[in-house]
Amino acid sequence: MSMRFPRVAALSAATALVLAGCGGVGGGDDEGAGGAVTLTTMGFGLGDEIATVRADLANKAIEPAKVKVSENAFDPQQFLSAVASDNPPDLVYMGREKLGTYAARGTIEPLENCVEKEGIDLDQFRDPALAEITLDGKLYGLPEFYNNRVMLINDPSVQSAGLTPDDVDPSDRTKLATVTDQLTKRNGDKLTRIGFDPKIPEFLPVWAKANGVDMISEDGRTANLDDPKIISALEYTVGLIDKQGGWGSFKAFRDSFDLFGDKNPFATDQLAAFPMEDWYLNVLADVSPDAKFTVKPFTDEQGKAIDFVTGSAWAIPAAAKHKDQACKWIKTMTDSQTWIAAAEARVEKRKSEGKPFTGVYTGNEVADEKIFGELVQLGDTPVYDNAVKGVLEAQESAFSLPASPASSEFETAWKDAVNRVLSGQQSPADAMKQAQEEAQSALDNAAK
Amino acid sequence: MHPLDMSRKSRVRRWARGFRDRDTWAAYGFMTPWLIGFVVFLGGPMIISLVLSFTDYDGLRESSNVGFANYEQLLSDPKIRRSLANTVIYAIMIVPGTMIVALGLAMMLSRVGRRSAGVFRTLFYLPEVTPKVAVGVLFLMLFNGQVGLVNGALGLVGIDGPDWSTDPAWVKPGLALMHIWSVGGTVIIYLAALNNVPRDLYEAAELDGVSGWQRFRHITVPMISHALFFTLIVQTINALQTFDEAYAAFYGSSASATYSSDAALFYLVYLFQQAFQFLHMGYASAMAWLLFVVIMVITVIQIKVSKRFVHYEGGDR
Repeated sequence: MSMRFPRVAALSAATALVLAGCGGVGGGDDEGAGGAVTLTTMGFGLGDEIATVRADLANKAIEPAKVKVSENAFDPQQFLSAVASDNPPDLVYMGREKLGTYAARGTIEPLENCVEKEGIDLDQFRDPALAEITLDGKLYGLPEFYNNRVMLINDPSVQSAGLTPDDVDPSDRTKLATVTDQLTKRNGDKLTRIGFDPKIPEFLPVWAKANGVDMISEDGRTANLDDPKIISALEYTVGLIDKQGGWGSFKAFRDSFDLFGDKNPFATDQLAAFPMEDWYLNVLADVSPDAKFTVKPFTDEQGKAIDFVTGSAWAIPAAAKHKDQACKWIKTMTDSQTWIAAAEARVEKRKSEGKPFTGVYTGNEVADEKIFGELVQLGDTPVYDNAVKGVLEAQESAFSLPASPASSEFETAWKDAVNRVLSGQQSPADAMKQAQEEAQSALDNAAK
Repeated sequence: MHPLDMSRKSRVRRWARGFRDRDTWAAYGFMTPWLIGFVVFLGGPMIISLVLSFTDYDGLRESSNVGFANYEQLLSDPKIRRSLANTVIYAIMIVPGTMIVALGLAMMLSRVGRRSAGVFRTLFYLPEVTPKVAVGVLFLMLFNGQVGLVNGALGLVGIDGPDWSTDPAWVKPGLALMHIWSVGGTVIIYLAALNNVPRDLYEAAELDGVSGWQRFRHITVPMISHALFFTLIVQTINALQTFDEAYAAFYGSSASATYSSDAALFYLVYLFQQAFQFLHMGYASAMAWLLFVVIMVITVIQIKVSKRFVHYEGGDR
């Protein structure tokens, strides 16, 4: 065989591989057909009608510019790479609790100019949602959803234990512990029903607030994790889990739940009560429309309602190429009229499926007034009607964790601490002391 | 001239003479993409990470020189000690575990007929092609303390299985069992080595009345020691770089990260957190170099020790 072939083949292979290696997934074209720019997004997906209807309206608002939705969840690694390579997306969608970390590093554009230029009415947004994305007095995003934490009580489970939903009362801690015992069911040493799930680590801020303390200062610079009232909240909630067999079997049983299916823990009597985010109402409405349950606000020991809220936000990277169009797009996405149009689409969908529409909880108060005042019609389904009323009642007492320049490290510090306690590695006091040191050190470093 | 210099010169001359042959050029041509990839995607980033390890780079802003501060922090950070200890313990579990299980399977395969050996080889290799992330998720399902298959099977023989995914004492053994499930690649290497052991050695030993254990100890193990050594090095390096399974099971999503376990905080998981979650890219670079040094030291020790135990046909070491 001629020696020419291997040499040509090797050279071709080398060239092809090098070219393949060099060809990446760089930013899109600045100009598409007809000279229109194309904006890119990160962290957002068009998963349902709430997203598609709003995206369609936002796209119309910036015509002839276009938006290419990346259909992915926010990925810090991807965002970091994009920013470091000076090729950030024009729009980024992420959890509001994450925004402070990036804002503090100058990666996110403050929205003063955007708000002024587009005449965005900030009064339409809920204050706790804005607090999460405001760092050092500057607003860095526009809020989207508004996830409320409320008490969800599985009526048949409670009734089967000879109790009523009113007996599951977080304001009376001693009684709640007794009721947890009564609601818990076992088969031998296997847990078959969780009586009450305090939802820690993730809901520790709720329990801390119920004990009268915040986990971080209002300016997001000082951690308060070793406050005796937080340690006490942790001791109490871990005690509730210990009563039900301890973390190992408790979590293993909970991991076996089909949370989003028709064999969900309410339908299968695997769970009697827990504080939960409001989106779970929509899940139940979808997969267990006939479920019987009660929703009421979580309360402190004086019976005052407490609602810990989180959610997502739209932001514009500081190095984005099409800031004006991006500003108009996020204004439209979060505008009350856009939310209402999306909610109307959801109403139609639910109607065609014969399922109740339980509303969309947004960071936009004006939109919520219309959605819950007119679009949500649950007279035929008193269970969901009462549930929605419970969430709306809780919303009046909402709080959020403020934006912080080291939000990720802060969150990791306290969640890791709770996990160490749950797995028996540390006492609540030691764990929260360590968390306080880690969190404060991170906050101090971020402030340098 | 010293005889060693002579030999070195003659080797260089022999290497240079090779370029007269067109096959040599072709070989280097085929190697070029890898060499370019090595320089661009490995060598370059390594040098850059070394530079970054002396800075406070966060991936987003201009960085400034911090001298040895990142390396000093490595010494005082308790999570470094914790994650290194987790990683080393895990390596101690999976490296011998993988080698023993793979060798046992390879020896069984070497005894079955050629056709059925092909079927079993494929079966054993299948877990190897399962994505590690999927393995991590599968871990949580199989090893669920309450409804998992593993504890279900243990229950059949009267053993009350542990809480694999929540009890810190059982998290690493559970992950190690999942890892050992993917021994297919090592089995193939051992099978090839076993097939190369001259049959006449076994026949001679059998004639001398040598027991099965002695044949294994004095013929099989020395004759495949080069393969054992190779897998020891590769498995050790892989174990010290464990990331995917633990990350997927305990840190990958917001739900799993909420219930993360200190026992699964492997070194690379912590490095990833520092780099991409906490935006301490300079510190993460210093961590990467510490791991590089640890791996180098362990590998050098293994190579030194192996000189006494590894047998290469033809006498080359």
